[in-house]
Amino acid sequence: MPCSALFSLRRRLLLPAATALALVTGGLAAAPAGAAEVQVAVAANFAVPLARIAEGFTAATGHTLKVSAGATGKFYSQIVAGAPFELLLAADDETPKKLVAENHAVAGTAFTYAVGQLVLWSAQPGLVDGQGAVLVSGRFAHLAIANPKTAPYGAAAMEVLKARGLAQVLAPRLVTAESIAQAFQFVSTGNAELGFVALSQVVQPGRPVAGSYWRVPAELHGEIRQHAVLLKAGEKNPAALALLAYLKGPAARAVIQTYGYGA
Amino acid sequence: MTAADWTTVRLTAELAALTTVLLLLAGTPVAWWLARTRSVVKPVVAALVAMPLVLPPTVLGFYLLLLMGPQGPVGQLTQALGLGRLPFTFAGLVVASVLYSMPFVVQPLQQAFEAIPERTLEAAATLRASPWDRFFSIALPLARPGLVTASVLGFAHTVGEFGVVLMMGGNIPGQTRVLSVAVYGHVEALEFDDAHRLAAGMVAFAMLVLVTLYVVNRPARREAGRPR
Repeated sequence: MPCSALFSLRRRLLLPAATALALVTGGLAAAPAGAAEVQVAVAANFAVPLARIAEGFTAATGHTLKVSAGATGKFYSQIVAGAPFELLLAADDETPKKLVAENHAVAGTAFTYAVGQLVLWSAQPGLVDGQGAVLVSGRFAHLAIANPKTAPYGAAAMEVLKARGLAQVLAPRLVTAESIAQAFQFVSTGNAELGFVALSQVVQPGRPVAGSYWRVPAELHGEIRQHAVLLKAGEKNPAALALLAYLKGPAARAVIQTYGYGA
Repeated sequence: MTAADWTTVRLTAELAALTTVLLLLAGTPVAWWLARTRSVVKPVVAALVAMPLVLPPTVLGFYLLLLMGPQGPVGQLTQALGLGRLPFTFAGLVVASVLYSMPFVVQPLQQAFEAIPERTLEAAATLRASPWDRFFSIALPLARPGLVTASVLGFAHTVGEFGVVLMMGGNIPGQTRVLSVAVYGHVEALEFDDAHRLAAGMVAFAMLVLVTLYVVNRPARREAGRPR
């Protein structure tokens, strides 16, 4: 796997730099100006893990986070329109690339903080089988997906339906949610029997899994490489730099893995 | 305008028209009762009717989603009746819109009914007009400006509905994707040309509706307010 080897090499190189950066910013935090605040836009699938990471980050650095969760594509249009976000944790790698190319994000800061896992989930135990055959069973009225135009997980879900040849057949049953968070909510309240969501939403550490789910194999859709990128507004904010570094550190990586993300 | 645009426009018009008709049928008796009653529960009923004016649409959407969901009492009722569930359906949007636009229909009607002097109705009663006759021959014609205002505002406010639909519509073309949600979707996806087509049409529509309302209601109001 040359890709993961490259990645771990990158991590090895980045880690000392990150530690140095954390020390620098830690020094800044202790300065009279005090701890800084960083305004983060996070893809909805990563909102819960980020809240957990933020606890450790604040304890370690004193910096605090102001978090907005939503669909990555929406953040893109908001950032282009001048939204004051300083750090973007996207649900794909395309959006950060575009932001860098269009000079809204700082070149060379984007990196994969998580590899997403798409699941087909139902709040009903036993409805979803291990192969996703329930999709052709007709035993559901509504299938919730995140808006494929703005949410990478929604786009991945559409790819799965197309790969299975079901996009046309199931179109009348598709319920399009604002973001993966609303897709999760539709399924969780039982209003939609099925939904494509992120594994991180279904499998919460220390809690039993509600309902039934199918881990969608990555062959059925493009890999969901979730990139973080420093935005222009955060270029000089020590808290933004510190959080970027912290996300690459072992504490954050451990949290990310407990939520079922690949790395 | 694309075919998808027309589907959205037609769906929105159908939703608004059906909602307005249902609200006129259900809201007129409520407005009449509110205008004439001296009951102690009047403030409570009036408050219930006015609630959607005050509540954020998200509150309404949230509770409707729970109430109409499979575990909710309304959801269990509709399922027991074999009607299925309401969220993500056109029928569900109609129910939500009726609640959401209720004050915009009931309040103008109530004001129009309140403006009718008691003595006019009493005079009709002494001429042996039955209560039904008095209502249909006197009250309703005199309340015409209120009826026009109620219909126009009920229709227009349903067209302008957004938050509730976003929360319980599911954005299904031809089912629940109404104009406001379609515009939002286009803007979010940076499809500004598509958004403009619908949004500019909406601006023109709103202007047209309001100008028509003011033109239609002007002479009628003078007539109703003329001293006898």
